[in-house]
Amino acid sequence: MFAYIVRRILATIPVMAIVALFVFSLLYIAPGDPAAVIAGDQATPADVERIRASLGLDRPFVVRFGEWVFRIIQGDLGLSIFTNLPVTRMIAQRIEPTLSLMVVTLVLAITIAVPMGVVAAWKSGSLIDRMVMGFAVLGFSVPVFVVGYLLAYVFALELDWLPVQGYTPISNGLWPWFQNLILPAVALGGVYIALIARITRATMMEILQQDYIRTARAKGAGQTTILFLHALKNAAVPIVTIIGIGLAGLIGGAVVTESVFAIPGLGRLTVDAILRRDYPVIQGVILLFSFVYVLVNLLIDLSYTLFDPRIRY
Amino acid sequence: MSTTFPSGGAPAAAPVMPDVMPTRIARKGITGYIFRNPTIAIGGFLLLLLIFVAVFAPFLWTKDPTALAPAMRTRAPSERWWFGTDMLGRDVYSRVLYGTRVSLIVGFGVAFFASVIGLTIGLISGFVRWADSIIMRVMDGLMSIPSILLAIALMALTRGSVGNVILAITVAEIPRVSRLVRGVVLSLREQPYVEAAIASGTRTPVIIWRHILPNTLAPMIVQATYICASAMIAEAILSFIGAGTPPIIPSWGNIMAEGRALWQVKPYIVFFPAIFLSITVLAVNLVGDGLRDSLDPRLAKRV
Repeated sequence: MFAYIVRRILATIPVMAIVALFVFSLLYIAPGDPAAVIAGDQATPADVERIRASLGLDRPFVVRFGEWVFRIIQGDLGLSIFTNLPVTRMIAQRIEPTLSLMVVTLVLAITIAVPMGVVAAWKSGSLIDRMVMGFAVLGFSVPVFVVGYLLAYVFALELDWLPVQGYTPISNGLWPWFQNLILPAVALGGVYIALIARITRATMMEILQQDYIRTARAKGAGQTTILFLHALKNAAVPIVTIIGIGLAGLIGGAVVTESVFAIPGLGRLTVDAILRRDYPVIQGVILLFSFVYVLVNLLIDLSYTLFDPRIRY
Repeated sequence: MSTTFPSGGAPAAAPVMPDVMPTRIARKGITGYIFRNPTIAIGGFLLLLLIFVAVFAPFLWTKDPTALAPAMRTRAPSERWWFGTDMLGRDVYSRVLYGTRVSLIVGFGVAFFASVIGLTIGLISGFVRWADSIIMRVMDGLMSIPSILLAIALMALTRGSVGNVILAITVAEIPRVSRLVRGVVLSLREQPYVEAAIASGTRTPVIIWRHILPNTLAPMIVQATYICASAMIAEAILSFIGAGTPPIIPSWGNIMAEGRALWQVKPYIVFFPAIFLSITVLAVNLVGDGLRDSLDPRLAKRV
């Protein structure tokens, strides 16, 4: 088991190396010469050359890549071209709203999607099942900003139940914080709910055919006990896996959701950075998101033994 | 003698059909196909309609989608402006109809290029052992960057144009296709008929062309429709956040991005392109689901 954990952790190193190489190449081939920008309009070519040498920009790709990776490992993501602030500090300032949005969406999506999938599998072929599957197709088809604007229009503008836009830090109280996150989380969760519900339904349908379900029913276990205790526990591995894989879509969706609901998070930071061509910030955000994604999927891989003791490494 | 089949001697008497039988005979031709695959029919019909709109946009009572009319800013939908006008006085109806072109071109373009490139990479990976581990590590790396972020990063490098949008989304989609094709190839290689072909000395290109490729087509086509749908959403997202199609070209994402500032007072500027985008993606997804169920019944049960 321990050996497997070590092996699995080591296996993420080449993956992160590919990500780092890609992200570094991004800055390397990015249009615009930082040395020329720093030198200003009055500089002679010799001045630019001198600044380039002093910044170390004249050295070969591999050397610069190695240095860059070394600095990242020490927690230095460089300076923003636009604000001249350290990228790590800019990310730290924006991380709370994004983290809040993702966590609320995740909790919401799982608590809605899993029971939906379970009931659809239980009553497979019924009206409820068809409604769940229909909802899943819709969830995949209606993009996150469309749902976002629709929800904001109905529940914030027309009914005036919830705030239209913005974000309240969690330090201002739990309810104001949550109130602002309900609509964005529902909008962002749509695709995720569809994904999880579909996998839950498919896995549960297979498991409900198994002999031990019949045995459980024969010994007189209640329907709820069978569905949620006997069946769902055995369906956990595929469901947890899809939750991890779906996280990539959730991250992408968060960028858009933050734009729709004017949430000052990492997504907004990314969008602003693109419009200003602030490459160090773009690099930093992509690295962070990819790292989180790889890490979560690593943890999910390792958690399989918790759900299914038959899996041994 | 009494148990032999009527292969010789007296011809077997035709069974007497009860009167109710004819109604159960499957319909043939196009109507039969539509009855058996309602999702493909509905999705396909919507898609054909949208292709028609894209091709004949100039003749569908549209005005010049880029013509400014500052005096007619933000007019509500009416008989004169069916979908209203935006903050520069441009006709939203015309812009939305012309926007169909960008969405369809990007969707079909990405589906085509991602399929062809992904198929090639997947085949190489499935057949060339030493390349497999390298290719798959690179794909793992690319897949661990959320695809929208990957496309955003690529768009940040280049100028906004429809071609670059297609390129950026294609790169983001390739890893998934390659993985799918590689998986199919690896399982096909274990099939007895492929082993027989290898044993009888068939050259690898012939094996790929004759035995492997035809069997990857069905899952590929299904995957291509889903790529098409997700590419349309990706294009809209990129344009919406200002990293996609340039503002001069009307695309649904652009129209929504421009309507964003005003959406609380003039929601229709955002809603009309949003409805078109949703219906288009729904149509493509319906075709995909229908194809999946009719091309591979085993897949239908799984998800």
